[in-house]
Amino acid sequence: MSLPHRMPHRTSDLLYKYLRTDKKFPHLWCPGCGNGIVMGSLIRAIDRLKLSQDDVVVMSGIGCSGRMPVYMDFNTLHTTHGRALAFATGLKLANPALQVIVVMGDGDATAIGGNHFIHAARRNIDITAIVINNHIYGMTGGQYSPATPSGDRSTTSPMGNIERPFDICNLAMSSGAPFVARGTVYHVTLLDRLIENAIAKRGFAVVEAMSTCPTTYGRYNKKGSPVDMMKQLRDAAVPADKAREMPDADLQGRLITGVLKDMELPEYCDLYDGIIERAGGAS
Amino acid sequence: MATKNKNPKQPAVTRKKNNGAARAGALKKGQKALLMSGNEACVEGALAAGVNFFAGYPITPATEIAELMARRLPAAGGKFIQMEDEIASMAAIIGAGIGGAKAMTATSGPGFSLMQENLGFAVMAEIPCVIAHVQRGGPSTGLPTHPSQADIMQTRWGTHGDHSIIVLCPNSVPETYTLTITAINMSERYRTPVILLLDEVIAHMREKIILPLDEPMDIMERPRPSMPPEWYIPYEETPSLVPPMAAFGEGYRYHITGLTHDTHGFPTQKPAEIEALNRRLRLKIEQNRKNIVMVQAEFVDDAKTAVFACGSVSRSARRAVVMARRGGAKVGLVRPLTIWPFPVVAVQRLAQRMDTIIVPEMNQGQLVREVERHAQGKCRVVSLPDYKCELLTPETILRKILEVEP
Repeated sequence: MSLPHRMPHRTSDLLYKYLRTDKKFPHLWCPGCGNGIVMGSLIRAIDRLKLSQDDVVVMSGIGCSGRMPVYMDFNTLHTTHGRALAFATGLKLANPALQVIVVMGDGDATAIGGNHFIHAARRNIDITAIVINNHIYGMTGGQYSPATPSGDRSTTSPMGNIERPFDICNLAMSSGAPFVARGTVYHVTLLDRLIENAIAKRGFAVVEAMSTCPTTYGRYNKKGSPVDMMKQLRDAAVPADKAREMPDADLQGRLITGVLKDMELPEYCDLYDGIIERAGGAS
Repeated sequence: MATKNKNPKQPAVTRKKNNGAARAGALKKGQKALLMSGNEACVEGALAAGVNFFAGYPITPATEIAELMARRLPAAGGKFIQMEDEIASMAAIIGAGIGGAKAMTATSGPGFSLMQENLGFAVMAEIPCVIAHVQRGGPSTGLPTHPSQADIMQTRWGTHGDHSIIVLCPNSVPETYTLTITAINMSERYRTPVILLLDEVIAHMREKIILPLDEPMDIMERPRPSMPPEWYIPYEETPSLVPPMAAFGEGYRYHITGLTHDTHGFPTQKPAEIEALNRRLRLKIEQNRKNIVMVQAEFVDDAKTAVFACGSVSRSARRAVVMARRGGAKVGLVRPLTIWPFPVVAVQRLAQRMDTIIVPEMNQGQLVREVERHAQGKCRVVSLPDYKCELLTPETILRKILEVEP
């Protein structure tokens, strides 16, 4: 269900329309951080879908990603660590007319929030979940997360990480999410489209945005400059179509990008409307 | 608050034979005398108060509330969801509250422990919600099917940080109904989480209740903004200290965060703004003590000894007081319906008039600390802790009354 590619918008128009430019800037993200790129993609996706700002909720948990909503002029909610999807579930069910978009980090979504993540996917409630994966807890100074590759260093794995990382897209797919996609902060036009498709999807839609943290993960693992880390994302990415034709051995250490799963499943709020009808509570 | 205490000796059987205040003459047209448990009364009260969202997780002895909500809410056009745990349940009701719903959950000790972090979020972000907490034996898994009052301090200080909270504690099935409505009302009016503190005895015992009430209770709604969105300051310090609350989707786009925030809802680290927020969060409860604190006193006019008890223990205490008075003892009963904010003035006045205050409770002595603190040495305060996780009996309390009587 890829949408036709369109000319990019004039950035300045979008800035003043969708950002709280007079209130919360400068932002707190480090130079070279991918979060701003994801925020840009999110704004362009919302703009293309012509959603009313009043109907959009952008919410988050805790961490560097958690600060994103405060910069954006929507209904914004900065919840507790890992719990954003649980807040979102209540909010969406209470008012299904809202377009609920949840931004999380890899630690936020899959460590402390792992339970909520798999259950939101299982329930298939109409929420867009954007997981920014920079392989590390950045806000607290660089501790390993469930997405830190084995062997990599962090302040809490100074001799190398002995745990195996989650494949977040696989986790989402096997938990029942009907729409799962992976993009990177290097492939911005792709990320724009993936987020756009995810928001348009009726159901629980996950976009994993592979990102960079040059300040912690990059430094501890000698990944080079922010530009070097961008190039690493570029070189690791394999489009899903191409990956299907490649032998598994060649896909080791690569990032399969694009839409990985897109199917139709009954949505939770719709199903609950059926319950209300059967109970005779429909107004 | 009209409470319908009746002699615990007399079981509610039929309205013709029933004695005491609960009879209140014949049933009015449309009224029904029902036999109901405390958990069921909580659900009926919540629905009467306009609750239209419930998120919960099964836990003894509170499960019946979720079960009944799952049946009743969709028929009323409301929403019920069973979440993956109590952390998520608490998060979901806050989310629903932000979406404009009147939301509640129900749990017991272990689940209430899990809710603490998000309970603090509701305090900080000022989201109305109600938690029915049915106390069971603890610590840890403890005694799922036994009563206890050991979470009195947890309701006050369970979540981290300095904060105020409202906790209401009924002692009968009819009062569970009315105090559930009051809890919802207070959560709306003051934009704060309210805890309805039950115990296993109140939750599971069945009593007569006449519904609808003789006089319908007022149903309160949260203050809402009437100004245009560009004038809306979501955490403004209004005279009531309770700022109007817009639901998401109503056109007032604003930011809600658990971070310490300024009046616009944006994070702040400025000392003056930090202090102003923390002060307002406390004062919006404190300055409304008159409307929040409810205490019931019986037989105190001639008394020199008072028994101070809440929840199911107050039922035993009343029986003990009646028995003691039959024997000539000058003893009265004081019962806080509001546990937090603590009825400071009532206890201060009591301490000036009494020689002794006895505090029976099903824990190792929690309520008694507050009584002692506010009695300020003006009378003797005698603790009667009981932590066998069986209902504290009238005989135990009577023995203590006779022991301290001059």
